[in-house]
Amino acid sequence: MQLDQLYQEIILDHYKRPQGRGLREPFAADVHHVNPTCGDEITLRVALDGETISDISYDGQGCSISQASASVLYELCNGRTVDGALTVHAAFVELMGGKGQIEPDEEVLGDAVAFAGVAKYPARVKCALLSWMALKDAVAQAVALEKEEV
Amino acid sequence: MTALTIPAGMPQYDDKPRFDVERVRADFPILGREVNGHPLVYLDSGNTSQKPRQVIDAVARYYAEHNANVARSVHTLGTESTEAYEGARAKVAAFIGAPSVDEVVFTKNATEALNLVAHAFGPHAQDPRFRLGPGDEIVISEMEHHSNIVPWQLLCERTGATLRWFGLTESGRLDETNLDELVNERTKIVSIVHMSNVLGTVNATARITARVREVGALLMLDCSQSVPHLPMDVVDYDADFIAFTGHKMLGPTGIGVLWGRLELLNTMPPFLGGGSMIETVKMTGSTFAPAPARFEAGTPPIAQAVGLGAAIDYLNAVGMDAVAWHDKELTAYALDALDTVPGLRIYGPKVPVGRGATISFTLDGIHPHDVGQVLDSLGVQVRVGHHCAKPICDRFAVPALTRASFYLYTTTDEVDALVRGLDQVRKVFA
Ligand SMILES: Cc1ncc(COP(=O)(O)O)c(C=O)c1O
Repeated sequence: MQLDQLYQEIILDHYKRPQGRGLREPFAADVHHVNPTCGDEITLRVALDGETISDISYDGQGCSISQASASVLYELCNGRTVDGALTVHAAFVELMGGKGQIEPDEEVLGDAVAFAGVAKYPARVKCALLSWMALKDAVAQAVALEKEEV
Repeated sequence: MTALTIPAGMPQYDDKPRFDVERVRADFPILGREVNGHPLVYLDSGNTSQKPRQVIDAVARYYAEHNANVARSVHTLGTESTEAYEGARAKVAAFIGAPSVDEVVFTKNATEALNLVAHAFGPHAQDPRFRLGPGDEIVISEMEHHSNIVPWQLLCERTGATLRWFGLTESGRLDETNLDELVNERTKIVSIVHMSNVLGTVNATARITARVREVGALLMLDCSQSVPHLPMDVVDYDADFIAFTGHKMLGPTGIGVLWGRLELLNTMPPFLGGGSMIETVKMTGSTFAPAPARFEAGTPPIAQAVGLGAAIDYLNAVGMDAVAWHDKELTAYALDALDTVPGLRIYGPKVPVGRGATISFTLDGIHPHDVGQVLDSLGVQVRVGHHCAKPICDRFAVPALTRASFYLYTTTDEVDALVRGLDQVRKVFA
């Protein structure tokens, strides 16, 4: 069944057992993103320790794809350097924009390769990207703040 | 079928207006197609309806045989297309019981019709009934489509007037307990939905209309969902304006209707300026044609109007009483069937009375997006999200809903397919 490509076991696992969920302190930036067509929402915080993202915490509501995507994001990006996280971000955005034609690099994307099937469902790509857009926004704000303080 | 004996003297089964659903279905080419390897089960008619062959052919025939611009040429084609366009207007007028054909203004959709009326209000309006400023009030409800909220919010921002609204009861009906306070001497217009596109509620308007008349305000009904499904008589309803949209009633996209009392339309300022809406134009200023031309600037959606006319012919041939009765039976069937699905909660009236064939629900712990996706893999097309009526979601504290909406071509088998599909959804996310 086609549906299995979308709802891969990994995605359902992350949906049912999300990693790193819940809002935590301290944090350097706190952003709220919504998907206006479906009402999915996420609040995401990042804390920085020098060049390293020392915590990503989040809370939100939405479909399995958007929630699982946030959980995978946490697994992949938490504890990385800002540059490292942005590299993963770029690879994930590219995968989602690929209409299912891009071969994902498991080295970079880890569990996020399971989202390759989502890219074939244009209506769901935005769901998958919601937390990643929030991450980019939050990281940019946190880095800008840090520069101001220096 | 169970043999039910209805006592003599009571309305008998055959007294109800009926039609052959299978014969109707045969007129809709799209209903023959498959989706993801399953027969199409189209349960999104509240979003847009499917089109019968008769409408598709009428549009094609217009382009193939009569195409020309309207109201600007003496030639034969121009005359034919003007007759086709104006003929469609006459069909619309008869369909809703309009006292005059000139009261029917063609717009792009219901949204434009609602904006057109909102635009007529302002501090400098000629007619005091449209004069609006700080201290004046506009009343809508919490169950409106965004297109009957945002134009009024924008108007209030422009003029300093105040927007107020009816709340909703737990069962999804208008809360009229504060009617006399809400609609008062400061109220300029009450604009409410006739049938909710989310809850399915059909609002009983009589008490509200009486109060609107008492305080000398105007009444607009958003009939986008009701005109396709229920017999409509604008005189009976005693409204001042109604709006509806062609694509939800078997017609093409790109055509909508504003009906308004002629005396009001002719005191309202034009909406868009351009060709066809003028009386005379000088470099120093212009005067404007009376309604409906006043509000139809530029080349109108001619083929779309012709298509809408064909849709009305189709609905008339089936009979709007029969359509309404079909909706009612199907809704009763679906409410019972959905009640058997564990964890399913319906938002809106749970009895098939004072409601139309649109049912919104949630499934415990499963997001509507996921519900819609699994149903789609089974060929079942439902709408998910906030349905352009976010305040309803806020009112009932749900982020999104799944909605099944029916029409004259919908069968009980399709309702069964929905229920089976929901079992599948629960399996995937168990
Ligand atoms: C109640 C209601 N009002 C207004 C509209 C707007 O219709 P349109 O998008 O055709 O302007 C809709 C359609 O979704 C509706 O259901």
